Amino acid sequence: MTTQQTTISANSQGASVLDQLKQIKLQVLVMFAAIAVIMLFFYFATDGSYLTPRNVSNLLRQTAITGILAIGMVYVIISAEIDLSVGSMMGLLGGAAAIMDVWWGLPLPLTVVLTLTAGFLLGLWNGWWVAYRKVPSFIVTLAGLLAFRGILVGITGGSTVAPTSPEMSLIGQSYLPNMFSMIASIGALSLFFVWQQRLRKQREAHGLSNPAMTSDVLKFGAIAIFALGLVFLLNDYRGVPFPVLLLVVLMLIAAFIGKKTAFGRRIYAIGGNIEAARLSGINVEATKLKVFAINGLLVGMAGLILASRLGAGSPSAGNIAELDAIAACVIGGTSLAGGVGTVFGAVLGAFIMASLDNGMSMMDVPTYWQSIIKGSILLLAVWMDVASKKRA
Amino acid sequence: MSTASLLNMSGIVKKFSGVIALNGVNFNLEKGEVVSLCGENGSGKSTLMKVLTGVHPFGSYEGDIYYKGELLQSRNIGDSEEKGIAIIHQELTLVKELSILENIFLGAEISRHGVLDHSAMYKQTKALLTRVKLDVDPDTPVRTLGVGQQQLVEIAKALSKNAEILVLDEPSAPLTESETEVLLAIVKQLRSEGVSCVYISHKLNEVKEISDRICVIRDGEHIGTQDAKQMTTDDIISMMVGRELKELFPREEHDIGEPILKVGPVTAKISKAANLYQVKDVSFELRKGEILGVAGLVGSGRTELMQCIYGSYNGVYECPIELNGQSIKIRNPEQALSQGIAMVPEDRKRHGIVPIMGVGQNITLAGLSMFAGLGQALDESAENRAIKESIARLKVKTAGQELAIKSLSGGNQQKAILAKFLLLEPGILILDEPTRGIDVGAKYEIYKLMFELVKQGISIIMVSSELPEVLGISDRVLVMHEGKLKGVLENQGLTQEQVMDCALAEE
Repeated sequence: MTTQQTTISANSQGASVLDQLKQIKLQVLVMFAAIAVIMLFFYFATDGSYLTPRNVSNLLRQTAITGILAIGMVYVIISAEIDLSVGSMMGLLGGAAAIMDVWWGLPLPLTVVLTLTAGFLLGLWNGWWVAYRKVPSFIVTLAGLLAFRGILVGITGGSTVAPTSPEMSLIGQSYLPNMFSMIASIGALSLFFVWQQRLRKQREAHGLSNPAMTSDVLKFGAIAIFALGLVFLLNDYRGVPFPVLLLVVLMLIAAFIGKKTAFGRRIYAIGGNIEAARLSGINVEATKLKVFAINGLLVGMAGLILASRLGAGSPSAGNIAELDAIAACVIGGTSLAGGVGTVFGAVLGAFIMASLDNGMSMMDVPTYWQSIIKGSILLLAVWMDVASKKRA
Repeated sequence: MSTASLLNMSGIVKKFSGVIALNGVNFNLEKGEVVSLCGENGSGKSTLMKVLTGVHPFGSYEGDIYYKGELLQSRNIGDSEEKGIAIIHQELTLVKELSILENIFLGAEISRHGVLDHSAMYKQTKALLTRVKLDVDPDTPVRTLGVGQQQLVEIAKALSKNAEILVLDEPSAPLTESETEVLLAIVKQLRSEGVSCVYISHKLNEVKEISDRICVIRDGEHIGTQDAKQMTTDDIISMMVGRELKELFPREEHDIGEPILKVGPVTAKISKAANLYQVKDVSFELRKGEILGVAGLVGSGRTELMQCIYGSYNGVYECPIELNGQSIKIRNPEQALSQGIAMVPEDRKRHGIVPIMGVGQNITLAGLSMFAGLGQALDESAENRAIKESIARLKVKTAGQELAIKSLSGGNQQKAILAKFLLLEPGILILDEPTRGIDVGAKYEIYKLMFELVKQGISIIMVSSELPEVLGISDRVLVMHEGKLKGVLENQGLTQEQVMDCALAEE
């Protein structure tokens, strides 16, 4: 009798630990582990200069562009489509912004509005061909990849458009005041905590299982320490770069849309089974159109940041950026078959890609080696994901 | 072990992450014998067959399998196939774009000096097709064959690998009655040639006809194996469900009102250029609170007619609809649903569920707008409440609403899909094959629900290949054949013969 009891309790304990581990998603853990390994490696390889405030600031600014592209891309991929045109589109929109700024001398707000509108329209263009003309998105956006780059070279005459106005450089190269970052991040974290607690209560009220309180608090603690530590570190240099703020805000909005709105749910459903979604009365075409249009809008933002960082519009800007964005999504756990993926994962993926870029540049690794290494890591990451799913 | 039996599975236990799917099941098969495996969905039939055919490899289960007196240790399906154990799944696994010949020799092509030996394969295929009584040229592309013929190709493919044990998993589900007869005749012939068959089907009259013995499994337990001659269908059912089912069809009185929906004349074909009409000049009325059965063979245009009404037909069609005396236009399911017309599609896996999504999210998929507020933000409290109510109302058996729906049994998936559309409170509900591949218990619950709905004034159109079901449930029966409406019969003492006569009557 007693032995039986002990085995049972031992069993249930074993199960609960296992469950807790499962709740913290394996993929996220693996990604954090990968980031830690990359950080440590470059830290020692560069004698510590990799993790100086100045370089971290740089690294995050690099992440911003790929990250913003990945946020748009992740929903395209979740809906079981692809967008190969975002690199060229970003180059074109950045180039257009530079032309408006340098050649036409338009005021900054007007340049921003026009660029974003153009991005939205280019996204609509892609989406219309995919959703309503039923041309496979691979082809539509491959055409875009070629055509947008062509237009860019055409309108710039193949030469660099520079220098951009001092106002223009605010977008990509300005920093937030230290106090503001501190207060805003503390405020945001508190709001997040309160919201999480409310969600817990709601789930409890509906009889849904919650992760253990301790694991939730631990998770929150880790996020809080990480975020505040980062703000401290950045404040030690010049402050939080504006593009990083933009990335964080966009990430939060996109995550909310994905998980908490009808629109987001429909995107996942379309990727999961498009026919079931259609027969459930979902307007599949309109949803896809919106996904591509939003992607275009985000590409517009990335284009503005890029032009501002470069201080110019360049005919080769954003070359193969689409592959970085797709790689970021895939490393972040997005399935190319559709229906699976998260914004957080994609942004973390972008961070990994940027960390590698940045570290290897600091070590003076030749660019051809950088490409080889990035390609290998992409392959490895997806293989690990496939292998772990097979075992489960 | 005794060498008497060709196959002897004893004390098979299979667990999935702690949940017991099979609990000490015994199953044996003699040479040249047909044994049917009966049980409700989720009872463990498929798991048992997966253990036999190596999908669950040796070592992942407890118990022994002796085949021809030797311990069977399959690592995968290939191992079992090599030893002569083949399975034909309910979902056919032929490559549609390839020919019959290419499909049969897929992965085992005959070649000479590295070049495919077409004439040798042709000869062999021809012989195999004669064996399964399929008089078609071996070079015919598979996509041009009907479902029944494709199944015969699958059997021929299994025979080409010298199968001694053939597992048929619900082979008759997509077949018409005449196709089923052909299938049964072939199974009998194979038996006389010494091939042993395990036959899985929910259609108990077939089971009775074909089997030498019947093995019943319930909740992973072996309930019993008996001589088929000594068992009645009622015996089988009560063994399967563990209780006496008084009646298969729980018919209840309900009031029928005035016509609320007038459809037609409907005409539909695959493309402008196609000569063949899938639906031609079909008109009918649906009355408030009635169950209108639609009978007809596969290919009679039943499903296409329903798709036209629901706006999901993938082709060129015309379908005038009058709802409550007003003519309405329906171009897509979204518009149909907004008019209160819902349709539970025929193909659950392809058209019904979003497999990787949770049960709850599948249930609210069609009604998301009901929970969407400002900026489309979802009111999760309201959504969860609706999910809980739906799960309770339809008795969906699930470990939780966040469980991926693909892990539910077919019957529970079907209930969840029904719940999805009932959430919209439709006035008209179209059910296309609502009980296909579902066990007796779940069927009964769905019939009960249908009567509950019509009592509330909802009108139901039910398409079904199973005539007993149509006759057991419907108030009127629409009979279709080859795209045409052959008659609308009041269901008062209607017999299967009358319906078939009507369908096949010359004009």
